[in-house]
Parts: sequence; C-alpha cells; structure tokens
Amino acid sequence: MSSVIGIGARPLRKEDRRFLTGHGNYVADIKRPDMVAGVFVRSPHAHAAIKAINTAAAFAMPGVLTVVTGEDLKAAGIGGLPCGWGITGKDGLPMKEPQHPALAHGKVRHVGDPVAFVVAETLEQARAAAEMVVVDYDALPAVVGVLEAIKDDAPLLFDDVPNNLCCDWAIGDRAATDAAFHKAAHVARISLVNNRLVGNPMEPRAAIAEYNSATGQYTLWSTSQFPHVVRLLMGAFVLNIPQHKLRVVAPDVGGGFGVKQFHYAEEAVITWTAAKVGRPIKWVCERSEGFISDAQGRDHVTEAELALDEHGKFLGLRVNTIANIGGYISTFGPNIPTNLYGPLLAGVYTTPAIYCEVKVVFTNTVPVDAYRGAGRPEATFVLERLVDIAAGDLGIDRAEIRRRNMIPKEAYPYQTPVMVEYDSGDPKGCLEKALEASDWAGFGKRKAASARNDKLRGIGLSTYVEACGLAPSRIAGRLGARGGLYESATVRVHPTGQVTVLIGTHNHGQGHETTYAQIVCEKLGVPFENIDIVFGDTDKVQFGMGTYGSRSLVVGGAALSKAADKIVLKGKKIAAHLLETGEQDIEFEGGEFKVAGTDRKKTFADVALAAYVPHDYPLEVLEPGLEEQAYYDPVNFTYPGGAHVAEVEIDPETCVVNLVNYTAVDDVGTVINPMIVEGQLHGGIVQGIGQALFENCIYDDASGQLLSGSFMDYCMPRADNIPKIAVAMHSTPCAHTPMGVKGCGEVGTIGSPAAVANAVVDALSHLGVNHVDMPATANRLWRVIKSSSLLQAAE
Amino acid sequence: MNISFVLNGKPVSVDVEPQTLLCDLLREKLDLTGTHIGCDTSQCGACVVHVDDASVKSCTLLAVAVDGGRVTTVEGLGTPEALHPMQLAFHENHGLQCGFCTPGMLMSSVDFARRHPNPTEDDVRRWLEGNLCRCTGYQNIVKSVLRGTAAMHAEGRA
Repeated sequence: MSSVIGIGARPLRKEDRRFLTGHGNYVADIKRPDMVAGVFVRSPHAHAAIKAINTAAAFAMPGVLTVVTGEDLKAAGIGGLPCGWGITGKDGLPMKEPQHPALAHGKVRHVGDPVAFVVAETLEQARAAAEMVVVDYDALPAVVGVLEAIKDDAPLLFDDVPNNLCCDWAIGDRAATDAAFHKAAHVARISLVNNRLVGNPMEPRAAIAEYNSATGQYTLWSTSQFPHVVRLLMGAFVLNIPQHKLRVVAPDVGGGFGVKQFHYAEEAVITWTAAKVGRPIKWVCERSEGFISDAQGRDHVTEAELALDEHGKFLGLRVNTIANIGGYISTFGPNIPTNLYGPLLAGVYTTPAIYCEVKVVFTNTVPVDAYRGAGRPEATFVLERLVDIAAGDLGIDRAEIRRRNMIPKEAYPYQTPVMVEYDSGDPKGCLEKALEASDWAGFGKRKAASARNDKLRGIGLSTYVEACGLAPSRIAGRLGARGGLYESATVRVHPTGQVTVLIGTHNHGQGHETTYAQIVCEKLGVPFENIDIVFGDTDKVQFGMGTYGSRSLVVGGAALSKAADKIVLKGKKIAAHLLETGEQDIEFEGGEFKVAGTDRKKTFADVALAAYVPHDYPLEVLEPGLEEQAYYDPVNFTYPGGAHVAEVEIDPETCVVNLVNYTAVDDVGTVINPMIVEGQLHGGIVQGIGQALFENCIYDDASGQLLSGSFMDYCMPRADNIPKIAVAMHSTPCAHTPMGVKGCGEVGTIGSPAAVANAVVDALSHLGVNHVDMPATANRLWRVIKSSSLLQAAE
Repeated sequence: MNISFVLNGKPVSVDVEPQTLLCDLLREKLDLTGTHIGCDTSQCGACVVHVDDASVKSCTLLAVAVDGGRVTTVEGLGTPEALHPMQLAFHENHGLQCGFCTPGMLMSSVDFARRHPNPTEDDVRRWLEGNLCRCTGYQNIVKSVLRGTAAMHAEGRA
C-alpha cells in the first residue's frame, strides 16, 4: 500500500530519527584524517590601531603549524569580504563601502575582531599558542551608540567615512507626507529603541577546511544556511578559487535564524590556511566567541509620527531611524534596515502617504545583519506601537482604530505608498479571529481578577505584514542586490521509481525533508517513504541561493513543483509511446499514466523503468532517463500577515512581567504541513517574546566592551518563562506562487514583539505610561513606574 | 589516567588527561557525537548525559569523575529502529526542529520522567529551565515530555 501524503497532511518528520538517536552530522562532529585545530586570536579592544603583531613566541609553542595574520593575507593578495547588497542614498550616491578584511590589519573595529589564526596539532596546543600571540595595540576612543556615532566629533571607524555614515537612505513621498501632516487633526508621536539581539542558534558556528594538492580541490564544511553562496562569494571574491575547484558542504546545521547566512571571515581564513599547511583544519566557535563574532540583529533608534484625521483615520506616517550596522559591512548588512524595513511601514493599513529616512551608521560593535524577521519586526514595532499611542491619544479602542484603517480584503492587490504591492490578504479576518480566540472582550474580567490579587494586567494587539519569499531577482537587483534570488531543484527519478530531490535551499530545522517530500508525493503520487531530499553540498546540488527570508518553500518549493511538472510532462510522452497512443490522450493521476476514457495505464515505476531501460522507447524523440531540473524566480515578494494578542500580568512589587496568554492568527497562504508550520510559528513567536521581555545585547558606552557576552548575561527565553501559545491559521493563498504558499519562518518573530510591548504598556497605562522600550525587564519597569508622572502627582 | 566505566551498557577503559571534560571524552575520544556542546558556561544543556542514572551536564564534569560509574548518552537511549518512549514522544509531537538541543533535552526529560510519575506542565517547564532550545519555543517539547513520561510509566520503563 503506497502512502500518498500530500499537501495539507501532517506526516511526522523524515529527518527526526537521526537527531533523536544522536546520529546527526553537524560540522563539529566531523573528523578528517590528519586533521588539526585552529583558534582565532581576537581583539580585546573595541577600537585600536595595531602597531605590531609578534607571532614568534606562538610559532615556537609545541605543535604549532602556522600563525596567520592580516598582513599575511594582504601579502597574498587577499582583499576584503564582499557585501552582497549595495544600497543607494537619498542623494543618489552609493553607500560607503570600506573594506572588511578577513583578518584585521592596521586597525581593529570591535571587540572580537579577528587578528590572527593559530593552527596546531591539537586544540589545546592551538589555544595555548594563541595566548602567546603578542599584539601591540594603540587603543582609540570607541563609539557604540548610533546617536553618538554620527556626531561631528565622534571617533571615526574609517578615515574616509565622515560621521561614520554608511548611507543616508530614504523611501516614500516626502512632500505628500508633509502635506498629510499639515491637514492632520492629530499627530501621535513616539521615540523608541529597537534593542540589539544576538541570534544564538544552539549550534555554535564551525568550519573544517581541506585542500587536496594533487587535484587542486578545496573542501569547506561550514555551518552555513547557503553553501552555494559561500562558494561563490569566497571563491570568486575573496580567495580566487575557481568554482569547480571549491566544494562547500553544510551538513546538519543546528539552527540558523539568519546568523549563518553570511559569508564569514573564518570561512575564508581557514580555507586559505588549510592549503598553506596542507592539513585539514577544524575550527569550532565557542559560545562566548560567538557573542563577539556572529553578526547581530536589530539596533535602531527611531522617531516616528502618525498623522490622523478627527475620526482616527491614518493620513500620513513619518519615520526617522538611525540603524547600527556595527564595525564592518556584513554580507547583507545595509539591506536590512533599509529595503527590508521602509517598504513594510504601511503594514496592513491604507495610510496614503509615508516617508521614511534611515541613516545607516558604523559603530565599534559586532556587525549587524539579518536576524529572523530582519527589518520587518522593526517596522512592525514602530507602526504598531504608534497605532496604540494614537488610539490612546484619541480615546479610540485599539482594535477599532485598526479596523478603521485596515486594507479591505477586496482591495487586494494593494499598492502601498512604499513600493510594495501586496497580492493577497485579509487583515480584518485575521484581526477578528485573533480577538475572538484571545477573548479580547472578556479581558476586563481577567484584569479585575488580577487586580484583586494586586497584579496589573494588560492586553496588547499587533497586526503585521511581511515581505518574504526572497526574492524576485529583477526587483532585488533594482534595490541593490548583487546576485539573483531564484532557487533551483532537480527531481531525479530512479529506474525503480523512487525519487531523490536535489535542492539549493538548506534545512536547519525547518522540516524541508518532510515538506518537500509532500510536494513530490502530491505531484507525482510517489509514496512518501520513497522520496529523499538532498541539500547542503555544492558537489551534489546544482546550484542554490540557500535558506533565509522565509524563502525555502516559496521559492525552492516552487522550483521543485516546476521540476515535478516537467517529470510528468516527459512521463506522459514515454507513457504515450508505451501505450501506443497520442501524448494528448494521456492523463496523469494518482501516480498513474492513463489513456483517457480507458482502463489502459502505466504506473509511474513502469515509466521510470522504461526511461532507464529503453528497449521499447521513443529514442528518436526523447532522451533516456527521467530527471528534470527547474529554476524558479518569483514574480513578486509574498506577503504573509496576521494578528497577535498578548496578555501580561505584572507584579507591581517586583515589576516582573509574566506573559500569561498568547494568541496568534496568521495568514501564511497554503499550508503544506500544518504541524511544521505551527512549530515554525511557536519558535518565531518565542524569539519575538525574547526580544520583548528578556534579550538585550549591551555594550559599555565608554569601552565598547560587550557586557552581555554569555548565556549568564544574555537572557534567552527558557521553558519556564514562556506560556502555552495558541496558533491558528487564516489563510488566503498567495496569488502568484505555484502552490499559493507565502512562507512562515519569520512571521512569529515579526508579530510578537509589538503585541507583548503593547500589553506591557496597557498594564501601566493608568500611570500615564505610553511607551516602554524592550526588553521590559523588572529593572526597566521599576524605573518607568517610578518616573511616571501620574504616580509622582499622586504621591 | 586510566578510567573504567560502563558506557551505554558496555564496559570501557580509556586513558584521559586529568583536566579532560566528560563531554570532550565522549565526543573526541569515544566518537559519541550525539552529546553536543552549545555553550561554555553550563547554561544550555545540550551536553546532558546520565551518570549513574542522574542527568548531568557533561561539560561540567571531569571525565575522571565517572571512573567506576555508569554513563548513558543519547546513543544509549534507543536506536533508530527501536526508539525509546521519550524519543518516540519527541518524534510524534514535533518536539525537535534543528535537533541540536535534542540529545540534552531527551536525557533531561528521561530523568524527569523517572522522578515525576504524574507531572504537570509546570513541573516540566521548571525542570527544563536548564535546557535551552532556540527553535521550538518549548511548546512541543513540553507536550513531548508529558506524553513521553506517561508512555515510560505505562510501559514500565521509568
């Protein structure tokens, strides 16, 4: 009995068994013959000139094979790490793009900036030798906050980047927005900080590099979300290794969340050094090392204003953001606070005029790049906090002010004033469903019950839309992308009818091995257990852009769907020959090729066998074999959306926030596997809750030292501070993707911070509080409550 | 130093440096890479194993400390063909995504199940505060542990 488990089914995951039994194959688990160990020497200073590096003592240590510095790389003609996305300022000039050397030379620009790489026979020897690398630093004044960094007298990270300003970017119609504010009956205002986060996938980054001098072949195993892109960026732009001589393997990867979608310095350094020493080298990042070398997320300072008429209708939105991109430009750094932020500021509302300016600024901190949501949670946070403030100012119910301004379902496709055109959605449907599921109407009773226990209760609402399914290459190219953003898939049908899919996305927790198999199952009728998904190896998979931006199912799944359609097309031709009829008479259904209107048929396996054993085969018109490849480039972004409701209880004595209820209603389009989608939502929502209540990446203003550099200091969400989360779907199929899918990886992280923050503010609204920055820690709430004007007046 | 202990039911005898951590012995010398290392401050719990049936963070224990004892790692819990009831519960309830925290979660959960025949959701959440997961938001992990605990007791494997 074959098991056809198609779209909408909830099969358990194919990938589980190896992880459950300790047989996962993560980079740190891999051993190569004759392998040695590498350790990076990193800057202890946030900003310093390197006067000299003395490696003699390190070289003399037991077991040491080599010590590499930035000067060595420079002497070998190795330049900087490339940026994959260049943006253009409002003055029409390209962003400032100073070199990002793989190992610092001349200067270090953040704590953790790598300055040398030590390779020894054992890890202990490499660590001991790394201690002996003497770097003579001349410490310079550091700047870590964006407001300070753009001041005229601020220390400069790069001599030729005045005011540390990478780019002064804008989107929208300034004049139309000014006009909207002129006629406004009311203007709601907010100043906020979007706190910096550390992505912290549970598996730290790691890499192994190997060089075969007999073949000239390099192999890099890396904890990467996009091995083909690493091959392209590192091979073509950093090390000058021809693509056919460089294999990049990303095996099992323990979570990514964006952190692993960049080409990192360590990858280039270890690959170059492996050839130099002629031995495979392994480097495994320690967690505290990851805190100062994994690209970080968010970090905005924003002022925003919303113009409204007397009925609470939004007339215009003005946003001014200063975004921190850290000490260097990371792979996609400049794109995140600009193209992935400004175009989302319309949210699900009909605001006719929007203008947003973003200053992208260098500071002496770890580079900032995409972290789950990437720009879109920041946009949602600005908008949804501002809408709550407007509702409070005007005395309009928070749900009602949103209803009055929402894009009606029938208005889709909807062109926003900030470039993007939403293809589909039903914001009001999501909102009403979320209000009902969360018992928004019954909140008063719960608040009263909390009050009887001397607790403050608050409820918060957030709606959102995101742009994902990255990305239509033509649009991305116009916005500065330096590569394409299509995806590729190969469907390889074996002579016995089983199927191997080779796909360019990367599975690091998202359940692709299961979801993609369901697509093949649905399309080809091949039993679920007879389908395997191969990814993460540039020598196996033709090409691919990897996994990020909620793109795998949307773009990769579409490529797979297209390739499967080609299999059916070829299969029909083969079947027509075998059944001695015309191709137009063949129908493919339930895994069988049938002659329409008859009981004559060939199974999928019959056709596969004929393709590989072409004794009776139309060789004159068809090649043998049954393997098809497709590339898919999306026509638009996809726009998942939804409404989230959070409910908190605050103990006014301790100021501890307890998140008591969380309800999410999301529109992710067609759902292939509801179990996996729910899991993605859970994880995303909790990362957003982490930002709202716990997580904060803090640098010391004076020294630039990272103060939250371990799990002791950086508060990750734990099982005991997260409530049960209710998720539900309200799907409208995407109008332009082959299966109607929209992507679900990031939605949770986008909707949740604002919902939680709005709930916290609601709980304190009787004190005159109208904003609390994230994370809403006990210490911060205590300060907010203490300084509340109403409380002071009462006292 | 030479130490001897029972590892996943089989006796082993191995030379270790006095400063070697149990997690490094397991991963580097004994090639049991199911035990993961996710931090350097004993916070994340990816390295949890059982020593004499109690869950411990193997990054916090010197290898010499298990001399004469019994160590069980995730590889000793069940096999791909015959999963342990807790492994099966994680599979059936989508209690894992990237799989990196999973070995530690499983080992903590099995110890939890033995100590809590009738646990509440709160009991599970409190017990797991020493195991970090970044993928699942803990929702399906908590569900898995409750189901797995019930199964272990029902099957007499607690």
